[in-house]
Amino acid sequence: MEPIVVAKNLTKSYTKGLRALDNVSLTVDQGKVLVVMGPSGSGKSTLIRTFNGLETFDKGELNILGIKVDSTHDERKVQRIRRKVGMVFQQFNLFPHLSILENITLAPIHVQKRRQTEAEEYGMYLLSQMGIDSHAKKYPNQLSGGEQQRVAIARALALRPELLLFDEPTSALDPERINEVLDAIRRLAEQGMTMVVVTHEIGFAKDVSDQVLFMDSGKVIETSPPNIFFSNARHERSRKFLNQLDNQ
Amino acid sequence: MKINKKSVLQLGVCIIFFGGLGILINNLTINLIRTGLGFNFTWLFKPASFALAEHPLPYTSSDSYAWAIFIGWLNSLKVIVSSLILATFLGTLIGLARTGKNFLLGIISAGYITVVRQTPLLLQLMFWYFVGFLSLNDNMFIQIKNIFNISNEGIEFSGLTFSSEFLALFLGLSVFTSAYIAEVIRGGILSVSGGQWEAFRSLGLSEREGITRIIIPQALPAIIPGLTSQYLNLAKNSTLAIAVGYSDIYAINDTIINQTGRAIECFIILLISFLLLNLVITNTMEIMNKLTLKSKKYG
Repeated sequence: MEPIVVAKNLTKSYTKGLRALDNVSLTVDQGKVLVVMGPSGSGKSTLIRTFNGLETFDKGELNILGIKVDSTHDERKVQRIRRKVGMVFQQFNLFPHLSILENITLAPIHVQKRRQTEAEEYGMYLLSQMGIDSHAKKYPNQLSGGEQQRVAIARALALRPELLLFDEPTSALDPERINEVLDAIRRLAEQGMTMVVVTHEIGFAKDVSDQVLFMDSGKVIETSPPNIFFSNARHERSRKFLNQLDNQ
Repeated sequence: MKINKKSVLQLGVCIIFFGGLGILINNLTINLIRTGLGFNFTWLFKPASFALAEHPLPYTSSDSYAWAIFIGWLNSLKVIVSSLILATFLGTLIGLARTGKNFLLGIISAGYITVVRQTPLLLQLMFWYFVGFLSLNDNMFIQIKNIFNISNEGIEFSGLTFSSEFLALFLGLSVFTSAYIAEVIRGGILSVSGGQWEAFRSLGLSEREGITRIIIPQALPAIIPGLTSQYLNLAKNSTLAIAVGYSDIYAINDTIINQTGRAIECFIILLISFLLLNLVITNTMEIMNKLTLKSKKYG
């Protein structure tokens, strides 16, 4: 079976020769969870944002769900990818002028052209899966951070995506709100959703990941299964990073 | 006893204000006595005895001054409302082009804003009038199947005619105001966080849909106050009609002052006309502002 994500030698440079991505290659198979770790500025966010075309790259090739894109960033292909890939952001980015349910039904109604009643029914189902169906008529600012992030996950699921991207989904949350979001992501992993997750949560990464990819300065330092990465990382740089996380 | 600094200052301001007002009223009385006209509005019902090139309702020079002023009022309203619509449309397009991703459109719109904002409106009106229309002489006109004619007489479009005076003012005001509106729109759009753009893009919404459904609704509370002052400016700037010979309310009152010497009365008529018009604009925009704030139940 064809992998869900194949990245080949992705390279993105900023002016002054600084490299956000330096020859990054990776593969994510169907139903697998890839956790991306690394210090801030290492290019993790840039990497997963290339997967749905929020970032462009200068060199290399990307194959997402069989749709190939290169540095020309073909708008039509990117649009096709976005209909099959959901994304959850660090800052939630819910639409503040729309109700919770409207946030979720927006894309199904206007992108997939589904009927409103059908979109609302499925939206309510997703909200109940996230345990927040009682908030459907409220507005984002009436919810806690953890609840908002669960709405954002429901919104990403509304297009019935084949791949979910998480960009530090718990970094903007209060510590006591982190677990409710991580639990929701764990359940998705158990259901077999293919995911790429950028996170600093070691415990969560150990549970949920099939592979851990460690980045520094735009380069992939190592890709290992979690049991190896967290107990006996192959690379000196990875061990140093994990030590620093432990000491926090 | 301690003297309050504030109340001394307020007393001073009051003395200056009422003193100034007294001097003005005194001058006015002396002048009215000297001209022997007295202050009244009965002259309004005498025949105006001047012709008007442009009148949306029937008008002849034997009609009263009051009717002439009413015609002028309609002419003003016609040019203000139509310019307001075109300026908003153009301004929105240019504002969006200026914020958009397209490099060429960005450069063009930035250039447009720069040129339009940095030249006087009077100059631009002259440009539209003399370069735009009067330079077209009788044998140099554009005609499309007798439906659409452009000549130095103006534009004729399937029976509707627009004089070159009206068109020069209409285009001049619209283009001038659109450059300012574009900047207001741009400011509003920039006030919406970048995360909102990423969120709608990641959901597969097109740029057009994302802008109309996500960005503009959130930008409106920041746009409307700026838009209101541009609309008020447009209404007031319409009095430059006199420069291209369009019979707006100001031009007609100017003629009446020259004919009758009724300067005070005409100034009062103009003052009330513009106060009323601008109150309507301000209040309409205020209602729209409340509606947008109401619809966003956040914040």
